[in-house]
Amino acid sequence: MGRYLRLLGVQLRASTTLALQYRVEFAGQGLLALFWVAWSLVPLLVVYGHRDAVAGWSFEEALVVMGWFTVMKGVLEGAVNPSLTNVVEHIRKGTLDFILLKPADAQFLVSTAKFEPWRLVDLAGGLAIFGVAFHRMGRIPAAAHVLASLALLGCAAVTLYSLWILVVSAAFFVVKVDNLSFLFSSIFDAGRWPATIFRGAWRVVFTVVVPLALMTTYPALALLGKLDAGTAFAALGGTALFAAFARVVWLRSIRHYTSASS
Amino acid sequence: MLQPLRAVPTMLKVGLSAAVAYRAEFVIWLLSTNMPLVMLALWSAVARDGPVGRFGQRDFAAYFLAALVVRLLTGAWVIWAVNEEIRLGTLAFRLLRPVHPLLAYACENLAAMPLRLALCLPIALLLLFAVGPSRVTHDPLLLALFPVAVLGAWLITFLAMSLVGSLAFYIESSGSLFEIWMGLFGVFSGYLVPLELFPPWVAALARALPFRYMLAFPVELVTGMQSRARAFTDLGVQWLFIAGLCAAALAAWRAGLRRFAAFGG
Repeated sequence: MGRYLRLLGVQLRASTTLALQYRVEFAGQGLLALFWVAWSLVPLLVVYGHRDAVAGWSFEEALVVMGWFTVMKGVLEGAVNPSLTNVVEHIRKGTLDFILLKPADAQFLVSTAKFEPWRLVDLAGGLAIFGVAFHRMGRIPAAAHVLASLALLGCAAVTLYSLWILVVSAAFFVVKVDNLSFLFSSIFDAGRWPATIFRGAWRVVFTVVVPLALMTTYPALALLGKLDAGTAFAALGGTALFAAFARVVWLRSIRHYTSASS
Repeated sequence: MLQPLRAVPTMLKVGLSAAVAYRAEFVIWLLSTNMPLVMLALWSAVARDGPVGRFGQRDFAAYFLAALVVRLLTGAWVIWAVNEEIRLGTLAFRLLRPVHPLLAYACENLAAMPLRLALCLPIALLLLFAVGPSRVTHDPLLLALFPVAVLGAWLITFLAMSLVGSLAFYIESSGSLFEIWMGLFGVFSGYLVPLELFPPWVAALARALPFRYMLAFPVELVTGMQSRARAFTDLGVQWLFIAGLCAAALAAWRAGLRRFAAFGG
């Protein structure tokens, strides 16, 4: 365990050094991330310019969901996406061999290969949105609610990561998978809206197929103090099951890997 | 001048075969154009207890289904091809051919149209069936203008991508630049929110930017939200943008090419 923590530290340091080498890019990407945070608020502002509440969600509550979406987007694009896009490349070129040979767990190595530190801007953006939302509501969230939402944030990150592992596992079978990641991001984009706004087929897709509800809506409800304990524990259990499932699929898929020349 | 044009049918055929060969990839690309459906679900929820502006639930359904059709028909991916070929130097092979690379890219992108059409027709019929014929314009002239408007929308998309892609000759992060373009597109093209629902000054600003003519214009045309006179003015503006972008893209390409050194150059 300690060894893996040390390894994680090394990988993080390498990514940071790499990012700091390209300082202009670093600043540019940071600014771009900031632009996106602000820009993604536009549809929300338009919707709530016409209505005071949508499906029981007030503007402030929808803002909290947007805050979690921004945070999760930061997690996705800063910690999950960069490494796992590399894996797809490795599988296609057959260079995954070099990783499989290393004396550490392959899933761990490929998942921590690259981070993009400037995505911290997203975290800051998310926090700023929370600040505005709770300032408008004129209260601060209770400590217990913050803790609950942080626990759910953990769940959300694990779920997101497991989903990605499943996508990458697909790369062992269908090689052209970089567009699968595109599909995934496009679906993830819907997470900026409270999942309970949607009805019918979309509701099912967003809670069961791609658990967007778990990633943004539940943490937001927890922070607002509106989530009942049953749902919270179900989310925790579901996440654990899902992560285990992803791990099993990864292990089975890697057995399917045949390197480049065979 | 005519020599390269004779190659066009062949290039289209090759492009179509490529699209058919990678059909799984093709379907995934199409599936990732799901934003209009999400926005449709969202706006229907908003309009559940009363129309927003002049948009009721059915109007939103017609608008966003039409947006989906237009978006599917106007897809282009030339920027990624240009970026990658410039970065890897494989553009050199393309330059050896006696056809202008931009024309070749255009053929590759256009060749996927039959497949896209095959996918769009069911959606279009569903649109008619679901929201009732009253939400689609009955004016035969406007219906006839629709393909022209869609072609224009595709040309703007393609030329803008070529223009930004050509910048990859100068700067390395033309991808980020395009990301900003896409961000602006999302808001000013009526992709996420029908332009009418914005405050008037945003809608007015959108009229002066190219994004509206890439999506909202054909959509508003076919859903009968525009009068004939308005449609003709917009069509004129659209093709003015096309002419301007075409000149800019060709100039940027020619200037950029002089800097292109490929590998070992």
